[in-house]
Amino acid sequence: MSFLKKSPWIIHYDGTSCNGCDIEVLACLTPLYDVERFGVVNTGNPKHADILLITGSVNEQNKDVVWQIFNQMANPKVVVAVGICATSGGIFAECYNVMGGVDKIIPVDVYVPGCAARPESIIDGVVKALDILEEKRVALARRRRKARKARPVSLTNLF
Amino acid sequence: MTGSTLSVLLYIFVGPIVGGLISGLDRKITARMQGRYGPPLLQPFYDVFKLLSKESIAVNGIQNFFIFCFLIFVVFTGSLFFMGGDILLVIFALTLASIFMVLGAYCANSPYSSIGAMRELLQMMAYEPMVLLTAIGFYVVTKSFNITEIMGFNVPLVLYLPGIFLGFAYILTMKLRKSPFDLSMSHHAHQEVVKGITTEFSGSTLAMIEIAHWYENLFLMGFIFLFFVWKMPGSWLVGLGACIIMYFIEIVLDNASARVKWQLAFSSAWIVAAALGFTNLLILFLMK
Repeated sequence: MSFLKKSPWIIHYDGTSCNGCDIEVLACLTPLYDVERFGVVNTGNPKHADILLITGSVNEQNKDVVWQIFNQMANPKVVVAVGICATSGGIFAECYNVMGGVDKIIPVDVYVPGCAARPESIIDGVVKALDILEEKRVALARRRRKARKARPVSLTNLF
Repeated sequence: MTGSTLSVLLYIFVGPIVGGLISGLDRKITARMQGRYGPPLLQPFYDVFKLLSKESIAVNGIQNFFIFCFLIFVVFTGSLFFMGGDILLVIFALTLASIFMVLGAYCANSPYSSIGAMRELLQMMAYEPMVLLTAIGFYVVTKSFNITEIMGFNVPLVLYLPGIFLGFAYILTMKLRKSPFDLSMSHHAHQEVVKGITTEFSGSTLAMIEIAHWYENLFLMGFIFLFFVWKMPGSWLVGLGACIIMYFIEIVLDNASARVKWQLAFSSAWIVAAALGFTNLLILFLMK
């Protein structure tokens, strides 16, 4: 039984962007779209999050931040690049400080196009990410089971 | 099997189900108050089962053990309460449980969880005098600290202890972690320092914290219940009604207010304890 798909908690990071996609992500939480219907919670803590939503491209200043947030998230986790800047750098791609899309730094699972991405397409992207999240959960559970078989049981393993 | 054993077993096994449903209803009502549709009623259970399937990251191995102790002592406190035991023991066990949570947050050594832990300690200092005054109030009226005997009093205790009841209702907001006194951990993401005291907990450890809160909320409502129940057989209905009304007021308050600064939370809690709780006791002594 998969509860992961019923309770995806999201962390949202805004890179180099015009803030347009950023505002559209927050619009998803408003009464009109209300993503909490699907159990989505907007958390500020990477350790609690399942889905990383990134808007805007990656630059020399924030590449470490993006890498840190991604690494602090607990497995299974997915990354959704929202908007054309996060996908490829968009109109900022040629800037001297912009490195390009988010996938230059961390593995991206779902790309949501648009400038700015509409709330409907962001929700669609998150729903697509849920299927990938579920696949990763199954793979993680299989890996865990294998590791448990290889390791002797002791009290310290319990905590 | 005696009545007290049965109620403890009911608390341990049915408690989390009821607590989770209350939490789900809370989120649903909160969403409706904000003009949203809201998550399904069973959402808290989905969340907890999801957390159990997630990887648990611990900065310091012992932090998960502390949270495990927190859960165990919350269950122990609630069991003492529903067994009809000594109310002082209930209060001390509850304090110990909270201390375990603070220790867990401190030993992670992260600035955010340390801030959360400090705020939790501040809250404990703020509400503890009023909780003790509540127990003393029960004793002064009923001449007993025993919960079974407190429940068997001739009239509802709220008639003798209106000030203490209001004072307890005031600090209940802190214990339930609702605005305006959700200093150490808030359910609303945008007024939080990362995630307060729970910042460094993930996976099954976070699930334990959630479950402990379900248990905790249940016996906190039990305290409200004590104020409204008396010897009459059907009076538990009055108590239940009072609990429901009280919880609804808490939800309204949670949605209508923002978080206050710790100074105000701290000083107002002590002022309320002195003005309402202590005065109530004084009048009781003078009436004798």
